[in-house]
Amino acid sequence: MPRFELNDANVVVIVGSGAGGGTMANELTRRGLKVVLFEAGKRQSLATFSQDPGEAFGQLTWLEPRTQSGTWDPVKTSPTLPAWHCRTVGGTTVHWTAATPRLRPYEVRARSVYGDIPGASLADWPIDYAELKRWYQVAEKRLGITRRNGNPGMPASNNFKVMYAGARRLGYKRVHTNYMAINSRARDGRGLCIQQGFCAQGCKTGAKWSTLYTEIPRAEASGRLDLRSECFVTRIEHDDAGRATGVVYRDAAGVEQRQQARIVCVAGNAIETARLLLLSESGRFKRGLANGSDQVGRNYCHHVLSFVFGIFEQPVSFWRGAVLAGVVEDENIHDPRRGFAGGYHLELAMLDLPTLPLIGLPYGWGRDFASIMDNYRNMAGMLVNGEDLPRADNRITLSLTRKDAYGLPVAHIHCDPHANDLAMRAHATRQGQKIYEAVGAKRTVVSGMTPATHQMGTARMSHDPGQGVTNAYGRAHEVPNLFISDGSVQTTAGAANPTLTIVALVLRQAEHIGREAAAGRL
Amino acid sequence: MNTCATHAGSPQSADRRSFVRAVGVLTGVIALGNPLAALLPSRVWAVELRVLSSAEAAALLALIRSIAPHDTLDDSAYALVVKAVDGDAAASAEARAELKSGLASLGEGFATVPEEARVLRLKAIESGAFFQSVRIKTLMVLYNNPIAWAHFGYEGESFSKGGYLLRGFNDLKWLPEVPLVDSGAMPFG
Repeated sequence: MPRFELNDANVVVIVGSGAGGGTMANELTRRGLKVVLFEAGKRQSLATFSQDPGEAFGQLTWLEPRTQSGTWDPVKTSPTLPAWHCRTVGGTTVHWTAATPRLRPYEVRARSVYGDIPGASLADWPIDYAELKRWYQVAEKRLGITRRNGNPGMPASNNFKVMYAGARRLGYKRVHTNYMAINSRARDGRGLCIQQGFCAQGCKTGAKWSTLYTEIPRAEASGRLDLRSECFVTRIEHDDAGRATGVVYRDAAGVEQRQQARIVCVAGNAIETARLLLLSESGRFKRGLANGSDQVGRNYCHHVLSFVFGIFEQPVSFWRGAVLAGVVEDENIHDPRRGFAGGYHLELAMLDLPTLPLIGLPYGWGRDFASIMDNYRNMAGMLVNGEDLPRADNRITLSLTRKDAYGLPVAHIHCDPHANDLAMRAHATRQGQKIYEAVGAKRTVVSGMTPATHQMGTARMSHDPGQGVTNAYGRAHEVPNLFISDGSVQTTAGAANPTLTIVALVLRQAEHIGREAAAGRL
Repeated sequence: MNTCATHAGSPQSADRRSFVRAVGVLTGVIALGNPLAALLPSRVWAVELRVLSSAEAAALLALIRSIAPHDTLDDSAYALVVKAVDGDAAASAEARAELKSGLASLGEGFATVPEEARVLRLKAIESGAFFQSVRIKTLMVLYNNPIAWAHFGYEGESFSKGGYLLRGFNDLKWLPEVPLVDSGAMPFG
């Protein structure tokens, strides 16, 4: 692997190696560009992934502290971990559960379709759906999504059999084993899913797509990737003309370094991406880099998430098998008669025994709590994944009270769920309960809002530079060679798990960068 | 419960080679019928404590059992939580003070009063930091060990056994099979 010079101003710097950054590294190196890819975490491999749930959590998770406020549940239920994502080479694609639905046409026109909802900062996406769809198709081929392009669907697990029978009895029609970035058959040099149930601990067969063992090794094979793991970028610098000139970072030994660059792509997951832009304030960018609009960090979306569990007379053994391989799509529509705007998915889900009481169950203790755990064998589970509405004050700011190991303020998360989110959650969890009741559940259990696993919206795309941070290519309105290459750019959340959308947008962005660079405009 | 708590307080009984002398000891015997009994070298277990006296450890054990009452889950699993709480208290003066005063606040005979009485006392302190920190620690430790996994039937990692593909991920028979159009065929026809 090459090591580019710190003063090589011809490299592209990418911050973060997950779905966005890892894919971008492959796309740019194969177009002949030199890339320095920064990752704060360590590099693991199929061989080093721990199979102890607690140990794996520590191995992969972003555990730097955050502070939080607002009325969303994690303030009380998960004070130390409001958001659950990764800090490792491959980013959150190492622990993700690989469900890859597309956004629907109405979701990228949320402002026009839902109208002006008080207390929400809705906007339409600056991209036509036909354009987005074209890139979804490219991304689906790349990732080998099941049920697309002739790839066989995942076989039905026990947990899915319960969901399927209940959902069909309730009259739902679009119920299947989900669109998954998991090999149902061996393909692309990787093996097939053997239903380990350990998606979130790192897939030891590599059947699940992760940039760690797909995009990144391909970029390395080009000879044009300089991957710097355990290196934490603390600042993006710019020149007098307002162009990004490179980044300041701490290397693995904690020593401050400077890497020059011709282009900077930020893909740190929406919380850290916003934090990095805010940390990069300067005389010219007093509110943070590319933040003249004051939109950096605002409109933070994380989906309406809740677990619903059914407890049955007979065993389900729901820990066996691919975690999210099942979905009810029927409620992913905009139908205001339900009492809220936007829609949701009901996705298959399970939690391993140690994790269930930590993030899956409502607050409780004593006999009632214990009786739920006692029924672990007989539980079926699903996860509501719905569109939450962006709000100007649901935002990432720099913490006023906590600093990281380098003395930099950590991210502060403020969230007050919109009434629309609460109405959707009530509807969705009730539907989930009905699914299980339809097949004889003796009890159903609904969780609170879980820690956020999908981070979106903190540097959103907009045509109008006053309404967002980037243009339709994720290119900062105010800094022409700064790109945002992760879920931060989503103008609204929609109800789709974000990874496929991130990859589609990055593939499109990479083509744009390649074209602009070749034409001498970048 | 088959746990007994004994003081290891006399200087003569202290192991002089230990860096940290145990203050209390929590011991127990794994029940004969427990499947673990066959797996372990000895049914007798003992946890040495760095901060808690044996009487305090017994009160803490009763508290943890009240938070997560699984009547047939062996005390040895609960003792892991006692050990973890004791370890946290040994590492931090603040945690030690909170723990000691919290246990004292449980009142006389907490370990031996009936469950209803324990629950009543705990409801009064539920919103406090002491109860909540023990509750969170219980959730983190009690279900994250092989004793609990065996008890609740959780089978854990499967990579070393070839996954669950051919070991029951789809063995549920009390509901109809899913049509292939909505799922997918098994990879090995």
